[in-house]
Amino acid sequence: MEYTATIGLEVHAELNTKTKIYCGCRNVFGGEVNSHCCPICMGLPGSLPTLNEKVVEYCIRMGHALNCKINRITKQDRKHYFYPDLPKAYQISQFDIPLCENGYIDAIIDDKGSTKRIGVTRIHIEEDAGKLIHDDAFRGSLIDFNRCGVPLIEIVSEPDMHSSDEAKAYLETLKQILLYLGISDCKMQEGSLRCDVNVSISPKGSDKLGTRVEMKNVNSFSAAVRAIDYEIARQKKVLEEGKQLHQETRKWDDANGCNILLRSKEDADDYRFFPEPDLITIVVPEEKVKAIKDSLPELPQKRTLRFMQDFSLPMFDANLLTENRDRGDFFEETCKNGANPKSAANWLNGDVARLLGEWNKELSNTSLTPENLAQMVKLIDKKVISNTAGKQVIEETMKTGKAPRQIINEKGLAQLSDESALSDIAEKVLSANPQVIEQYKNGKTNVVGFLVGQCMRESKGKGNPEILKNIILSKLSPLS
Amino acid sequence: MELFEKTAQELSLLMEKKEIKAEELALSVSKRMEQTKDIINDYITANSEEELLLQARLVDEKRERGEKLSPLSGIPVGIKDNICQKGTVTSCASKMLENFVSPYDATVISKLRENDVIFTGKLNMDEFAMGSTCETSYFKKTKNPRNLEYCPGGSSGGSAASVAAGSSVVALGSDTGGSIRCPAAWTGIVGLKPTYGAVSRYGVVAFASSLDQIGPFGRCVDDVALLYNAIAGKDKMDATSINFNHPDYRSFKGQSIKGMKIGVPYEFFGEGLDEGVRSRIEDAKKLLTSLGACPVPISLPSCSYALSAYYIISSAEASSNLSRFDGIRYGHRAENTKDLTDLYVKSRSEGFGDEVKRRIMLGTFVLSAGFSDEYYSSAKKLQAVIKNEFKEVFNSCDLILTPTSPFTAFKLGQNSKDPVANYLADVCTVPVNIAGLPAISIPCGTVENNLPVGFQLIAPSFGEDRLFKSAYAYENAFGGFLGTAKL
Repeated sequence: MEYTATIGLEVHAELNTKTKIYCGCRNVFGGEVNSHCCPICMGLPGSLPTLNEKVVEYCIRMGHALNCKINRITKQDRKHYFYPDLPKAYQISQFDIPLCENGYIDAIIDDKGSTKRIGVTRIHIEEDAGKLIHDDAFRGSLIDFNRCGVPLIEIVSEPDMHSSDEAKAYLETLKQILLYLGISDCKMQEGSLRCDVNVSISPKGSDKLGTRVEMKNVNSFSAAVRAIDYEIARQKKVLEEGKQLHQETRKWDDANGCNILLRSKEDADDYRFFPEPDLITIVVPEEKVKAIKDSLPELPQKRTLRFMQDFSLPMFDANLLTENRDRGDFFEETCKNGANPKSAANWLNGDVARLLGEWNKELSNTSLTPENLAQMVKLIDKKVISNTAGKQVIEETMKTGKAPRQIINEKGLAQLSDESALSDIAEKVLSANPQVIEQYKNGKTNVVGFLVGQCMRESKGKGNPEILKNIILSKLSPLS
Repeated sequence: MELFEKTAQELSLLMEKKEIKAEELALSVSKRMEQTKDIINDYITANSEEELLLQARLVDEKRERGEKLSPLSGIPVGIKDNICQKGTVTSCASKMLENFVSPYDATVISKLRENDVIFTGKLNMDEFAMGSTCETSYFKKTKNPRNLEYCPGGSSGGSAASVAAGSSVVALGSDTGGSIRCPAAWTGIVGLKPTYGAVSRYGVVAFASSLDQIGPFGRCVDDVALLYNAIAGKDKMDATSINFNHPDYRSFKGQSIKGMKIGVPYEFFGEGLDEGVRSRIEDAKKLLTSLGACPVPISLPSCSYALSAYYIISSAEASSNLSRFDGIRYGHRAENTKDLTDLYVKSRSEGFGDEVKRRIMLGTFVLSAGFSDEYYSSAKKLQAVIKNEFKEVFNSCDLILTPTSPFTAFKLGQNSKDPVANYLADVCTVPVNIAGLPAISIPCGTVENNLPVGFQLIAPSFGEDRLFKSAYAYENAFGGFLGTAKL
């Protein structure tokens, strides 16, 4: 029988506010164990939480970005369970009135830029727990409370995805939006973005959903794909063996590529939610909700599609440019300065990105300006310099901020277009390569490229390659 | 008269006029503490004479240097043992926190430090403030200094007994359902439960977060006003504290209460009210009337459900608040446990007493899936109804007068097998917490066996000014209260 899989995702994103959600401790990853915690995030007797308003603002930002209804008046609730990394034995979260609900994402699912709308059930704020460190030397577990009280938003999707590819597209879109909004660092290796996966399958064509299985411990997007594919296959196998699926929670083991039963529905915790009496009702003024909306940047998917349309860029290029907000802004500014978009995109995604990687820097930490990049692109297009020379120019202007024209003058990189000078160079190269000419005579016309290359070398990269090609062809043609 | 017998107000003036030194006062109170400790079992942690003198000398030095000092400076203050004070054990009278040393100060403690008070130590209470007799304490049973065969009331029984006995001049307690007013009434002193949000809860170990308030005890109205002046006010560390204008409450001394309408809810004077108590309360009503106040008959019909709502809400919150005591980071940890669950179960089973367990179980039940609508949500709805009823009633009166407790103090051990009988001690005080209102318990004489009676005045939110105005007027007309108990 053919089955349709249905997938829903719960994503936890740590917010990058300066301080924690309920106390004044710094919100930073790592640090010496138990070095940024206080009576409040340690849940000591008598301590009380006070809400960091930035957390509400960041969550609303995400809510707007995901087209949610914003609940201006809401509350926080206690979710109870015992675990050593949860010092109060309850997590302050939101139960029945999330800050944001009923939204959606249009995730881009193919190279042509087709999108799929995936519903977002809710986004709410909550606090993170600490971390257990299992230490054999101590023959036990130690607790690091640094992460306690780090602000989180939980983004719950509708069960609108039907393949691991769609789930991946959704996750990547979410991550890109979080980065664009500047509200999360999205470093999966630091655990600042985590997800739980819900999977069910049902016979193709059936409008009834199958039994839902939740998977925990999915720590990367690629792991999500593997976990979903595995679980779909597992469920199919169970059904094909004529057995029943049970509503349960399973734990993904990425190293071994399988999952194991964590607990069944009967053993599910009763979290005993009730309104957090230590905190007051959250009331966000109408104007503030609107102000947050107005301050939202253009979102990446929309921008990608616009770049594809307005600048005739392929999806691949557009996606790279919109991956982070700075690069997209830089690109647009470069185009405004008269650069041809495709060339500007090539430079930004190519040499500029490569150098940033080598230097381990952000675009904003170099001296490159959109004006200078535009100037260089235009000089290449006008054949004042060659592409090869451009590589030197871009590195120099990124380091020094000097205008490309100045660099070209200082380094003498201007392209040689004088026919007689280039003709001399061509003559020299031809006389040095008689065996290549023989090859040409025998019909190997592709040696022209090699000869042009030799001429470029001879001209120290300054020769205009097109003129050189014509000269060589004109000198060779009588010979064939 | 010994110094420890004087009121804070008198002592403050004597020190200001440099007739006595803080050191002399500290010595007098320390000697008294030495006397009371084995008779009434008031302190869980009593600071030594040396510690008291050290604090007092600092105050004397400040005064010598001519520094501006608060009227509370040099006054020995006792603290209920559920209020965190840096470097001291904050046990909540529980085995669970027997060795818990707080690494931080509650906001009220910081405020008292700024006022240069002398901290005498940490006072006994019912375990985690759950009880009306001070008998659920893991450590000791405090006795009523007015009659040693009786309990002092609870849960702030140590605070009340200590002030009544003179082992502190004033003290802080906490009140979730009557825990300041009940022991104040039963020991013949004055106790104020402020409006919810008037005093920061930061640093008081939570019993029921939406009902808890810290408040002052004193042997006279002045002393309660003096201490309340120092602790009232919005605190950014407590999101539920509220910004409000608070005058010097001592300024209401000597003001007339002529024309003040005092509501008398008949539901609080019905069956179950001890006849001796009834007659003292009637006397108090008459005295207030003679001062020009007008009694107005009123009705608060929903208050009969307040106790039920209270036990659901307070137990629900307590079950949540006390879940952090799991033996992992601090507090009692059971030995020889086989796994994590076993560690939790054993540590909590060993660390908590019966009354606390009873409330945790009740609270866990009323919050559990399938039951929380029926119990917790209904109780919250009832709370809204009661709040509204008070609001309506305050349209026709300025204050409400009731007994503080329907009885006088229980004999020690009287209800040890009947927790519900103890719960009834709070029947008149609980509605006030449910509605978040301020109320004061004022002594109005004694009945046989030298057992004091107190009456309660309830005001609208932030109506503490009215409470003080009437309390001062009553005290003056009554001719002063019981003073320090002879032991």
